[in-house]
Amino acid sequence: MIRFIFKGLLRDRQRSLLPVLVVSTGVFLTVLMTGWLTGIFKDMIDVNADFTTGHVRVMTQAYAQNETQLPNDLAILGADDLTAELEKQYPEMEWVNRIRFGGLLDIPDSLGETRAQGQAVGIAVDLLNPQSKESERMNILRSIVQGKMPDNKGEALISEDFAVRFKVQVGDKVTLFGNTMNGAMMFSNFIVAGTVRFGVAMLDRGAVIIDLSDARNILDMQDASGEILGFSHAGYYDDEQAALIKSSFNETFTKADDEFSPVMLRLRDQNGLDEYLKLADSMSFIMILVFVIAMSIVLWNTGLLGGLRRYTEYGIRLALGEEKSHIYSTTMMEAVLIGIMGSIVGTVFGLALCGYLQTYGIDFGRVLDNSSMMMPQKFRAYITPRLFYIGFIPGTLAMVLGNALAGFAIYKRKTARLFKELEV
Amino acid sequence: MVSIKPIRDLIIIVNQRTEIMKRIFLILIGILIALTMNAQDAKAILQKVDDNMSSRNRVFESTMTIHGKRSSRTITSRSYAEGEKQSFTEYLSPARDQGTKMLKLKDQLWIYSPASDRTIQISGHLLRQSVMGSDLSYEDMMEDRKLTDVYGVKIVGVETIEGRKTTILELIAVLDDVAYYKRKMWIDAERFIPLKEELYAKGGQLLKRTTLTDVKQLQGRWFPTTIVYKDMLKEGKGTEFKITGIKFDQELPAYIFTKAALKK
Repeated sequence: MIRFIFKGLLRDRQRSLLPVLVVSTGVFLTVLMTGWLTGIFKDMIDVNADFTTGHVRVMTQAYAQNETQLPNDLAILGADDLTAELEKQYPEMEWVNRIRFGGLLDIPDSLGETRAQGQAVGIAVDLLNPQSKESERMNILRSIVQGKMPDNKGEALISEDFAVRFKVQVGDKVTLFGNTMNGAMMFSNFIVAGTVRFGVAMLDRGAVIIDLSDARNILDMQDASGEILGFSHAGYYDDEQAALIKSSFNETFTKADDEFSPVMLRLRDQNGLDEYLKLADSMSFIMILVFVIAMSIVLWNTGLLGGLRRYTEYGIRLALGEEKSHIYSTTMMEAVLIGIMGSIVGTVFGLALCGYLQTYGIDFGRVLDNSSMMMPQKFRAYITPRLFYIGFIPGTLAMVLGNALAGFAIYKRKTARLFKELEV
Repeated sequence: MVSIKPIRDLIIIVNQRTEIMKRIFLILIGILIALTMNAQDAKAILQKVDDNMSSRNRVFESTMTIHGKRSSRTITSRSYAEGEKQSFTEYLSPARDQGTKMLKLKDQLWIYSPASDRTIQISGHLLRQSVMGSDLSYEDMMEDRKLTDVYGVKIVGVETIEGRKTTILELIAVLDDVAYYKRKMWIDAERFIPLKEELYAKGGQLLKRTTLTDVKQLQGRWFPTTIVYKDMLKEGKGTEFKITGIKFDQELPAYIFTKAALKK
């Protein structure tokens, strides 16, 4: 029976071509948009996790309250002991110390006076320890545009955009100027080991990456750390795991009457990421809903037109004694087949474009130039197993729904008037 | 025969109206005179404040205690200032800051660090950054112009502070390049020095509050030797700036106000 209907669909292209085109377009858009938005949210969450929030992050309560000001005067003291404790109690995560600091990056002329300067966002990570995964996590090596990774103390990576703007070469001496943890003036010279571009507007404006031990020296932060970040060994953010660790840690370490006691936050508690995670979770559902409704209306209309075109055919079938319910069910089967065909076509094209966008992405750098959010400049798609079947839901559902609504016309035919109608 | 009553009534009405007009005119003149006198009084008060607070030059040693959330730190320094446009400060302690020097020439500021042997120029919006984590910005440290040159002034009230009668002045900037658009100053009515000051942004937001105490008579002028600055946008207990020694109108060597002096 299915084979019979399928042959009918192939031979009568007027019956199948337009619905297949409508379904495949809708499915294509569903797959593409779901894949692209999944990619954007994933990249955004990954960038935030890798550079700022970790999967969980420990700060003092006072630091957490003023976090945007990078208040290192409120940093965790006794950071080494706390890190050891975290490693002991929560071995399912890797714990790393980070120091972020604001300051001025000053470029000297031949007389040692200011030639150029700009505001810098300093990030101090464990770069020189060969066992550290920090450079891999932050994708530093692949982000280097000129030069190399720092392999000695006193070396720094600076943003490529900054280097180009102020004509700084690899090997040049630059000075970081800011405040130490205690508020004293901090002047420190660094040699530019390389330049980096992360594709994140906020960092590419003026990031300076130095080794953690250098930062501790220049900022008077021995055994202190602005933040301790936890990354799941599994390599991805697991909200349940993060919630359990957070609750256990805060119960033990956070004291309501001590603003310098540490507090742990999950990734989704920070940078407004909760909203994005919720949106990412519901994005597929929203896409499916939108396209099911839109396509159903179009396909209902197509079904009605098809019904008019096949008015005589249905009349003859009824005159020959075929049950109305049988005609209706064969129409439904046709709808399922058209839905599947359209879904296959749409999914193939959708996946193909997603694959392209996953590799190349679309550059929104200019739009995001002044953004203060941690967002990648290239919006890429991300192909997940879900994309292989997600299009079939709106594709088949919309086609069946459209035809089901249009097919009701079959039940309105009066058998007594058939011969009169067929005479015409 | 023509009745003269309507004419008489008309004359009476005209006379009454003229009387009213006269009164209004006198009131307006009175207000105008009062406003002018207020402005003149206010300006005279501000001029006396400038006379007390400004000098041809001065040399002073000071301590700056910055009260942080965790701890407090005190920095001592020696400063030389000439007129409104030149100043030079050398930090004497603590050891971390010792030898750091700051030079201001007109609207430019340089800082020299002996540890890095670098002279860094601070300019633009960076001047609004805090100096050593204190409640003072570089801009605050650079602003030495006479108040009468920069602000229009009026008297807005009187108040007693710590038993001293003060006149409250409201200053509105007449120039664009000022750090604070509006200031409210409580001026000691006898000694003509500010005892309290509030600094506002153009939008009306209170940015800083200063309290000036330990007023002493030095070389014939009254001068507050302790100033507590409080950045209202920042938590903390503020920054206490104490002048431990000050001399006015000294003979200063010219090289002090050159960039070469930074590295000496």
